[in-house]
Amino acid sequence: MTILSAEKIACQRAGRLVFQSVSLRLDAGGAIVVVGRNGAGKSSLLRLLAGLLKPLTGSVVTEPSPDDQRRMFGYVGHHDAVKPTLTALENLVFWAGLADRREARARAELALDAFDIAQLADLPGRILSAGQRRRLSLGRLLVAPARIWLLDEPSVALDRESVRRLEGEIGRHQAAGGGVVVATHQDLMIAGAETLDLEDHRPRRRTAGG
Amino acid sequence: MRVLWHLIRRDLTLVFRSGTDAGAALAFFVVTVTLFPFGIGPEPEILGRVAAGLIWVAALLATLLSMERLFQADYEDGTFDQLLLAGVSAEAIAMAKIAAHWLVTGLPLLIVAPVMGAMIQLPGGAYGVMVASLALGTPVLSLIGGIGAALILGARRGGALLALLVLPLFVPPLIFAVGAIDAAALGLSPRANLLFLAGLLAAALPLAPVAAAAAIRQVLD
Repeated sequence: MTILSAEKIACQRAGRLVFQSVSLRLDAGGAIVVVGRNGAGKSSLLRLLAGLLKPLTGSVVTEPSPDDQRRMFGYVGHHDAVKPTLTALENLVFWAGLADRREARARAELALDAFDIAQLADLPGRILSAGQRRRLSLGRLLVAPARIWLLDEPSVALDRESVRRLEGEIGRHQAAGGGVVVATHQDLMIAGAETLDLEDHRPRRRTAGG
Repeated sequence: MRVLWHLIRRDLTLVFRSGTDAGAALAFFVVTVTLFPFGIGPEPEILGRVAAGLIWVAALLATLLSMERLFQADYEDGTFDQLLLAGVSAEAIAMAKIAAHWLVTGLPLLIVAPVMGAMIQLPGGAYGVMVASLALGTPVLSLIGGIGAALILGARRGGALLALLVLPLFVPPLIFAVGAIDAAALGLSPRANLLFLAGLLAAALPLAPVAAAAAIRQVLD
């Protein structure tokens, strides 16, 4: 069952065409790995899919499912939305409570555990390292369940053990009928992942006079 | 409603943890008003005649001062993205942040204003009306300021831009508020001016969050 599809989307940023005619189809339990050089538009593609940006042309369609209570998108981008004055736990409790007030704290603690940062629960966000903030940011995926995870270089700053935990969580998410789109430079072990290379969608240079 | 309250509570926690902006606004208000007796001289007649204007100009500058970074942190650290993906509308985000702003700046101003009024010889009969004018007017300042704060997102040197955008829009509440206080000081009815102020609030309350939300969406795209 297809849960997300994009039809011939093109992306323009600051007046420059970044990529064009990208089409993709994500099935429940499926995964797409987006690759491409720096500046190929990986981050922009994820933000387009999330609806945070509008495509220049083409369309992104999500298939709603009446018996799935989860929200559509969980997104982990370069900005981790970790508040420096809140503790790690408080940061997650906020997002957990926003999704569902019931047992927000318990779900936040489970998410901290899942990424092995339970011992940091009471530390303010400001003193967390880049990797720890990234893990906290990934924890948000677990406290506010979403059908489609959009992960923008999720393994950046993560140690090897954390990358394995991330792969485990992605696997569990797929098993629960969720889909994943990952932009990454690093090889992640993701079952059944298709690769989308944005290099194939570079805007063609116009020939002289064309 | 639940989402609004959830956001407001987070903002209040953030403010109480760091304190800076809200505390600075209140301190600015107190210090500015305190300076005038030194500048103008302590004669009760002169001070009393300009007291309403002083309180109000100080209040709106204090609001402006605390407004610049209203949306900045949430915009820069990706919180807006996460909130929008969580299904929170940009209007709700704007409303919650403006409401939290008023609670930590407007409300304290309201509370210390009578003390400041006494310091600059505000005529005796005008205290109730002054508090009423601030109660109706400071939310209008926060709402209008919220539009400006959203518009300057992503701009460099936003502070000066914010003042240019917002200060002209602060003129109507200023006129009606000072009009009301002056009327009360002269023993006249402040009713008409206060009603105009209430009208401004009634208009700004639904419109400003929509305008601020449009500016937020603009900058995220």
